[in-house]
Amino acid sequence: MERNQMHRRLANMKKSLLDQGFLDEQFLRLEELQDASNPNFVEEVVTLYYRDSARLILNIQQSLDNIPLDFAKLDGHIHQLKGSSSSIGDKKVKNECTKFHEHCHARNADRCMRTFQQLQKDYSILRNKLKTYFQLARQVGPIDMARRPK
Amino acid sequence: MNLGASQVAKSGSMPSSSSHGPAQQFPAGLRVLVVDDDPTCLMILEKMLRTCHYEATKCNRAEIALSLLRENRNGYDIVLSDVHMPDMDGFKLLEHIGLEMDLPVIMMSADDSKNVVMKGVTHGACDYLIKPVRLEALKNIWQHVVRKRKHVWKDIEQSGSVEDGKLQQQQPDDADYLSSANEGSWRNSKRKKDEEEDPEDRDDDTSSLKKPRVVWSVELHQQFVAAANQLGIDKAVPKKILELMNVPGLTRENVASHLQKYRLYLRRLSGQHQNALNGSFMGNPEATYGSISSFNDLELQAYAASGQLPAQNLAALQAAAFGRSATKSVVSPLDQRNLFSFETPKLRFGEGQQQHLSNSKQVNFLHGIPTNMEPKQLANFHQAANSFAINMPVGSHGSQGNSLMMQMAQPQSRSQIQNDINGSYVSRLPSSIGQPVVSNGTSRVLTRPVYNQVSQSSPVAGFSAQHSTDLSRNSFPLGGNSGISSLASKVIPREETTMQLKGSQGGSNYDVFSGQQQQHKSQDWSLQSSGLAFDTLQHANMRGNHDVSQSALVQQTFSSRDTIEQSRNSSVLPSVLLQQGFSSSGHSSSSSFGKGIFSGVEENGHRNMPNIGQQLNAYFTDTSPRVKAELLEGNFYNNILPDQYDQEDLMSALLKHQQEGIVTVENDFDFDGYPLDNLPV
Repeated sequence: MERNQMHRRLANMKKSLLDQGFLDEQFLRLEELQDASNPNFVEEVVTLYYRDSARLILNIQQSLDNIPLDFAKLDGHIHQLKGSSSSIGDKKVKNECTKFHEHCHARNADRCMRTFQQLQKDYSILRNKLKTYFQLARQVGPIDMARRPK
Repeated sequence: MNLGASQVAKSGSMPSSSSHGPAQQFPAGLRVLVVDDDPTCLMILEKMLRTCHYEATKCNRAEIALSLLRENRNGYDIVLSDVHMPDMDGFKLLEHIGLEMDLPVIMMSADDSKNVVMKGVTHGACDYLIKPVRLEALKNIWQHVVRKRKHVWKDIEQSGSVEDGKLQQQQPDDADYLSSANEGSWRNSKRKKDEEEDPEDRDDDTSSLKKPRVVWSVELHQQFVAAANQLGIDKAVPKKILELMNVPGLTRENVASHLQKYRLYLRRLSGQHQNALNGSFMGNPEATYGSISSFNDLELQAYAASGQLPAQNLAALQAAAFGRSATKSVVSPLDQRNLFSFETPKLRFGEGQQQHLSNSKQVNFLHGIPTNMEPKQLANFHQAANSFAINMPVGSHGSQGNSLMMQMAQPQSRSQIQNDINGSYVSRLPSSIGQPVVSNGTSRVLTRPVYNQVSQSSPVAGFSAQHSTDLSRNSFPLGGNSGISSLASKVIPREETTMQLKGSQGGSNYDVFSGQQQQHKSQDWSLQSSGLAFDTLQHANMRGNHDVSQSALVQQTFSSRDTIEQSRNSSVLPSVLLQQGFSSSGHSSSSSFGKGIFSGVEENGHRNMPNIGQQLNAYFTDTSPRVKAELLEGNFYNNILPDQYDQEDLMSALLKHQQEGIVTVENDFDFDGYPLDNLPV
């Protein structure tokens, strides 16, 4: 019972993240990849993502602090972040990266900064939510994470 | 050659699938190398590939990936690479791989903008996946492996092999691609007669099913080209070529598949030249106009029997070349190799189409690049480049290049050049203005490396346009080219002239020219840079195994500080080169070779022109970094040319050049006693 409840909670968490637009189908696909040989695959990938992207975000922040803005460099960083975020299904960050890219292209420093601020917010929100999610998932048991409780 | 290399024990993570016996059906066990600097993506991809039952090897740096591939040429079936990587542009990696290993490469990126995808296509990528990559997309990548193999098969069949039994048994490198597990299903479908699987024959000699993939080094390629030319490109059949080449361990199938690629390449070159020619003309009316005409003359002279080139020009060029060549002695084998290497990648690519596409694309870019080079010079370069380019297979030793050069140079008379390697190649050249040195075939090759140079000069525009197209084409796809380009970009000729020459030096020249052209409107061939480039190349070449003669050839071409000389020399070289033939085996030969070349130049006043181009091409190709990573290591280039060009923007640079007008290489030819200024533009 306890387990079932946890399962449900887990499922609900995921559903709400999806509904709120924080996560997209890519996350679900990652979960499908998870199997017995790799029971914590999704968590590992997400952990890796947050570790690696933290560096990227820092780089972007630093670049934004250098006036005048080096749009080319910024664009490069953002492109990397876009690739990473899209791989784990971080939908909001991915979309913000796209917007940022457009602003870079337009050389609109102001918009770039604003978009980045939003990006940072959404990035942190999801990170915290996923942290909770995986903590719960570990309790539930790796195998059952993506499946409905029996 | 890696004929002897046994199949790589790419045991990888896939268990039984690799063992003999049909443990798993193809495409299970497909050996994939995935390259991406993003660790998250890399992890996910690896997982997905494993899920598809592929053997995945991940790599987060392009350099590491390349060395993995080089160490183990038969160890991978397909490569997945990201486009944006910090240490090396994905497209460059793509070129390298295509040139050296001829493996199918799939590009990936979060960027789905059309121009980037197009770039992938033009650089020869089999496919382009948008991130996030789906599992479904990965499930189908095996088709690219099969497609490439089919190419080989078709080639073999087309060659009309006499050894039916052997043919059946000896699958082309395909056998090596697939793990034994695949043999069951895949092989049977391929093999007509021999139903037996010989998974255990991996260690057999080359005639076994599992013979290792043949690496068409520059040397090998040169031999191939020589043999093919000897037979007549249209009549060359794999069996005869094989006999002529007399390379132990090489099979008819190897030759057949290579021949097919080569033919595609030549076809592409010829087609492009035409396009390039037209393109350039349109592109830079002013720049090219005058030059075009002059170029045409040059070209005509060079190629066509008719001596349309003004005698004085030829003479001037010749003198310059001649004089210069004398000073230079050893052409670094590397250079030669590079020349070929340029070509090689193209030839090696099974996807001739792709190559063509990419090449043509590139060429077009270059095409437009205005060059200040004297048309003649450019033509020469082109020719040289073309001829050499063709000859130079990637990584092959100089010998091949020599043979090519021989072929190119052979026609002491321009007409000969026309008869070049593929017979028809040369003829193409003369016909069109600024036709690439070698007709179809050669031009393709040459143009690539020469592109940089040629494209730059508008006069050569006619020629260069074509060539440049090819050049660009060639240069780009070729791994070497990419390398060169990058190098080239770095090497910014101190002086215009330098650039020109430099550009022609294989891949590097490519960029060099482009970069230089932009900068140098004036004609200021700085031999120094050329010389520098040349020297560097020499060193690089020395490292390679190219025949000395090859290097000598290159050296001669560039040894002279004078750009003009170089061009001249280059022209001279071809003829001489031919004479020297493929012999070069050691340094000694190179020096004699060089001399021979020069002497040849003397004799062939006009003939030298085309040769120059050829030589230049050769030179350029030699420098193409593709084959020799070392060469590219940039030391050479860095020293020579300032790092002005962003490697990644080679094309744009080239384009820019085009727009700026042809760099007048010829302007500063300081041939002894023949000031360039006198040369009609």
